Amino acid sequence: MRLSVLFEGIWKNNGVFKQVLGMCPALAVTTSVKNGLGMGLATTFVLICSNFVISLIRNIVPSKVRIPVYIVVIASFVTIVDLIMNAYLHDLHKVLGLFIPLIVVNCIILGRAESFASKNGAADSIMDGIGIGLGFTLALVILGGFREILGNGSILDINIFGSSYNPVIVMIMPPGAFIGLGFIMFLINYFEKRKRS
Amino acid sequence: MEYILLFVSASVVNNFVLSRFLGICPFIGVSKKLDTSIGMSYAVIFVMGVAGIITWIVQYLVLNPFKLGYLQTIIFILVIASLVQFVEMVIEKTSPSLYNNLGIFLPLITTNCAVLGVAILNISLGYGFAKMLIFTIGSAVGWSVAIIIFSGIRERIELSDIPFYFRGLPITLITAGILSLAFMGFSGLVK
Repeated sequence: MRLSVLFEGIWKNNGVFKQVLGMCPALAVTTSVKNGLGMGLATTFVLICSNFVISLIRNIVPSKVRIPVYIVVIASFVTIVDLIMNAYLHDLHKVLGLFIPLIVVNCIILGRAESFASKNGAADSIMDGIGIGLGFTLALVILGGFREILGNGSILDINIFGSSYNPVIVMIMPPGAFIGLGFIMFLINYFEKRKRS
Repeated sequence: MEYILLFVSASVVNNFVLSRFLGICPFIGVSKKLDTSIGMSYAVIFVMGVAGIITWIVQYLVLNPFKLGYLQTIIFILVIASLVQFVEMVIEKTSPSLYNNLGIFLPLITTNCAVLGVAILNISLGYGFAKMLIFTIGSAVGWSVAIIIFSGIRERIELSDIPFYFRGLPITLITAGILSLAFMGFSGLVK
């Protein structure tokens, strides 16, 4: 049962592709695979910790003030991630910039706290945190890869097309984020709906 | 002049939704109808303005003198969450008709990253009070302009014949991409 929670989080309940949550970081930082991966893992860490703590305190917190309490728990872990990344991964922290403190308002995290961690035990909540976090990371890596390959001709900074390739620069600029995600959503739609019919 | 340039830069050149990617969730979630997006815009302009002012004051009068800068994220989100709650109660008591129009949007604004984003940007860009005010209002107006244009486009898309697999989210995102491309035409207008 616990493993099923993990796998459901990665694809069936995928935050970006299926529930369309957490779009701001997904669109903003995915100019390359590396940035997407960094943002995804930072969010995963916050998600696991906040899910764990919230599932522990779920019976103590009165339901009227639960949302502010959840936000404080999430904000504390975001502050921890912010400080750790500033100390040990300074370059990545600089690139992600504003979007690290903005993990607080990522709807996926509050959404999981409200819909899963506040109803389930600690072990299941950790599994759900890992699953949803990895799903979010996967989405960011796919979108980041799509944009980096087209917009820069490289993947993880390794040039794959050779020097004759003329990069589609617009893909690593803001419009490319919307268009890239739009086409990925189209592909998902296409394969899933075709399989069904 | 400097203030006018700052306003133009915040509202169109560095548009919050289309080039900074802040406040995307409500931008995509509540832009199906023109009326609702106009209602949401009023609410966002108001909350962003008040939140910008309060968080700026908190930063310079509380956090900085006591060297509590590392608590910024927690304090700001608490200020915004309680502010939204407070605004909701005040509007409910003083103007029930406005409350009925805005009611559903107000709780959503807490998790609108544009509000927290503008509060943090005001501090990290080191603006003084007057510049902060212009930047905040400019950003909020820019956000509103983007969502209103976008909902107008979406209302027309509803009526047109879209290829089956593009219906729903894919076409919405691609439309937003094209709108963002159009807004890139403003770049270079203000440095």
